[in-house]
Amino acid sequence: MSLITITEVRKSFGQNEVLKGINLDVAAGEVIAIIGKSGSGKSTLLRCINGLETINDGSITVAGAQLAPDEVHLRALRLKVGMIFQGFNLFPHLTAGRNVMLSPMVVKKVSQKEAEAEARVRLEQVGLAHKFDAYPDELSGGQQQRVAIARALAMKPLALLCDEITSALDPELVNEVLAVVKKLAEEGMTLLMVTHEMRFAREVCDRVVFMHQGRVHEIGPPEEVFANPQTAELRQFLGQS
Amino acid sequence: MTQFSTWDIVSNLLLAARWTVLLSILAFIGGGAVGLVVLYCRIARKPWLQRAANLYIELFQGTPLLMQLFLIFFGLPLMGLDVSPWAAAFVSLTLWTSAFLAEIWRGCVESIPKGQWEASSSLAMSFFEQLRYVVLPQALRIAVPPTVGFSVQVVKGTALTSIIGFVELSKAATIITNATFEPFTVYGFAALIYFVLCWPLSKSSQLLERKLNVAHHHH
Ligand SMILES: Nc1ncnc2c1ncn2[C@@H]1O[C@H](COP(=O)(O)OP(=O)(O)OP(=O)(O)O)[C@@H](O)[C@H]1O
Ligand SMILES: [Mg+2]
Repeated sequence: MSLITITEVRKSFGQNEVLKGINLDVAAGEVIAIIGKSGSGKSTLLRCINGLETINDGSITVAGAQLAPDEVHLRALRLKVGMIFQGFNLFPHLTAGRNVMLSPMVVKKVSQKEAEAEARVRLEQVGLAHKFDAYPDELSGGQQQRVAIARALAMKPLALLCDEITSALDPELVNEVLAVVKKLAEEGMTLLMVTHEMRFAREVCDRVVFMHQGRVHEIGPPEEVFANPQTAELRQFLGQS
Repeated sequence: MTQFSTWDIVSNLLLAARWTVLLSILAFIGGGAVGLVVLYCRIARKPWLQRAANLYIELFQGTPLLMQLFLIFFGLPLMGLDVSPWAAAFVSLTLWTSAFLAEIWRGCVESIPKGQWEASSSLAMSFFEQLRYVVLPQALRIAVPPTVGFSVQVVKGTALTSIIGFVELSKAATIITNATFEPFTVYGFAALIYFVLCWPLSKSSQLLERKLNVAHHHH
């Protein structure tokens, strides 16, 4: 049975229909790369999955939690699926450790002591145990992104959505973040990632989704999608990148 | 006619200035509390609450404080509610202050990047939790200088309450002038007292603002 079920999802901004009937099932433990031209709707799709955007039609379910616009449903959904952003979005007024501790304490009412222990484990997991007391502006971009990953993990999500999480980083910092993601993938985390790192997608992902004009244009294992694209659009896209 | 020494004038003004200070502090505290509620309505995701808060802010910002004072002081008795000058002064200054503070604070909240809301949303926080733990702590830092700066307007605003007979610094100055026929001296001293009250406030607002701009560290 699939962990994430996306059925006939449509999304418009005003007159502009950005998602035109998306269907996608993601199994637990699967790692999926979403590729496609700028404006093809990749970010919008991810944002719909954890309710940052409302959908006009269709349905999205994550482990039984259905996307609906009210706070109760959104909360249930977001407890199952975390998100990492291109711009890190750490809370600048809190230390790395406090960033990781905040949501478990506030949302799940975990005690401070437990939250701190959990935060130390999570920061260790992303190789930043020694930065527990550092503020975000004392960290490099790569370190900030790893803290953001630790923060999402502390909520124990079943799946993680990653939207171009290395695009804002200097090239020399990309690999430290990708290494963390790769380790997560190996440990069985379900991942949906929009990425421009084709080599990474080829190495780590189980399936690649090529989006074009608001539709899933091609989908398949990376060997097939990259080596043997079926459509002219994908051939053109791969030729460019 | 009794003779007034300079000291008599100054000491009487200083005694009256206590009421200016007290009224300013109370109006500021009351205005801050009501302002927080208005702020919450203004940014809550309920369109009708937003509209109500907007109307409130526009009403109080778009009419002179003097009219608000008159309406409360003369209007409420018409509806059978007797109000003392004290109460009228306190209520109108509180409402007036709350509208301005709510608007100042709204600007601070809106200057917090959208990514902070999205990140805290994706961590399953509710609107109230996002405000309480993520947005307001950051907005508060930016809000301090303009808030302190606005307190100067509150102090100066209290002068208007002399018109409905509340004896604070301005009213006392008028009374003393009527007895001494030395308007220049009396109002000069009164102005000096206002300045001594307001200058540290506006100066510290400036300093706080500069410190905020220099500080790269958020702690
Ligand atoms: N909040 C919004 N309001 C209006 N239009 C939007 C909004 N967000 C996205 N769009 C539009 O939706 C379309 C898809 O945007 P989206 O961000 O999903 O593309 P993307 O595939 O992630 O592109 P990129 O690779 O540049 O990140 C674009 O045409 C964009 O202009
Ligand atoms: Mg995008």
